[in-house]
Amino acid sequence: MIKSRCIVSIDDVSDSEMNEIFDLTDRMNESLESGKSITTMKGKILATLFYEPSTRTRLSFESAMQRLGGSTLGFSDVKSSSVSKGETLADTVRMAESYSDIIVIRHPLEGSARLASRFTAKPVINAGDGSGQHPTQTLLDLYTMKKEFGKIDGLKIALIGDLKYGRTVHSLLLALSRFKVQVTLVSPPSLRIPQHIISKVKDIIKIEETDVISHVLPEADVFYATRIQKERFTDQNEYQSLIGSYSIDSELVSQMKETAIIMHPLPRVDEINPSVDALPQARYFKQAYYGVPLRMALITLLLGGEN
Amino acid sequence: MDQTLKISKIKDGTVIDHIPGGKSLKVLSILNITGHVNYTVSLGMFVQSKTLGFKDVVKIESRFLERDELDRIALVAPEASISKIRNYEIVEKFQVSLTDRVTDIIKCSNQNCISNTKEPIRPEFIVKTRKPLILTCIYCDREMFEGEILSNL
Ligand SMILES: [Zn+2]
Repeated sequence: MIKSRCIVSIDDVSDSEMNEIFDLTDRMNESLESGKSITTMKGKILATLFYEPSTRTRLSFESAMQRLGGSTLGFSDVKSSSVSKGETLADTVRMAESYSDIIVIRHPLEGSARLASRFTAKPVINAGDGSGQHPTQTLLDLYTMKKEFGKIDGLKIALIGDLKYGRTVHSLLLALSRFKVQVTLVSPPSLRIPQHIISKVKDIIKIEETDVISHVLPEADVFYATRIQKERFTDQNEYQSLIGSYSIDSELVSQMKETAIIMHPLPRVDEINPSVDALPQARYFKQAYYGVPLRMALITLLLGGEN
Repeated sequence: MDQTLKISKIKDGTVIDHIPGGKSLKVLSILNITGHVNYTVSLGMFVQSKTLGFKDVVKIESRFLERDELDRIALVAPEASISKIRNYEIVEKFQVSLTDRVTDIIKCSNQNCISNTKEPIRPEFIVKTRKPLILTCIYCDREMFEGEILSNL
């Protein structure tokens, strides 16, 4: 069981609950691999309230619920829902409560999932609120590191790319501060991580900031690349020159440790060259694959365990 | 001799004492005391004080303060003392208090926060630290620091 009954922020998950989630993710993973069907959520309904499109995240939640024997309903297009008629989020959540057992919400405004959790007694999972939190992605990132290295403590982690707007990386950094890790932030000066994020972690873990990727190459265990969004640049030449210095290709990988892993929340554009996909360090597809078993574990624990 | 006596006594009204030096203008703005009030306001700025070094004192004739006004003052002047005066006598004296939660007093400075929309909720913050003053929005987790808090009051 997860005590808070809602996963709005990674802080809603205690250390022991995180271990519980990861252990159950392992077992869900084994079930999926063995092809054994699970029916623990039979008769239960998961609602997906998606106020902005994110096909990948929504399908991952829907697949997870259906793999558990449950069913799903919801919307992913605000235009076709009552939201476009000006209904408040609070009212939409009250309505969804009567249709479902657990609610997943994605919304462009920060704090929206916390608000939703205040208007329902049913569990709420935040699938991204503006530039705020995206805790299931964070759990997935942490799970991947733990799965690959056995533990997170002691890892040297490089976070690369757009650290200013990339919310996954903000959530991840805050969560990493719960472990004994060393973090290097690699980004162009214009895309550095915001000060209000840094100030929360700088006294807890060792952090370095740099704009050159080369010196972390032989040292880091984890290279976590994020998407640099073209839309952020008014000058496309600037984008092209930046992407050149921050994208990972096989030449860069050859300077990494053999045991290092490369992660990315996907979808990627130019940040990782396709020639890297076949190299042993590439883990981003595996990371994405873990999304379903992890969400199966989370739904199960939020709805009262395996029995 | 008590330096505050430099300001004339009031018959009925409120004395706000122990305001940190220079913050009385902010207190006046919280109380919506502009150049257009129809009661007497006396102000002492940078009055020497045994405990605060320099303090400000505000005396307002014929006005008594509401709960939410006291809560706002607590954010600016956490050690302020309030005296209610009737017929030149102090009938009640207390300190303002900054509670652990601040509700409905200020708005979140994050323009992209759900609490700044028409949802049926009131802005709410947790007092993270008192010195320096840091408030955390319970919705979006954004931390607001003193300068931001004062300009949002
Ligand atoms: Zn907020």
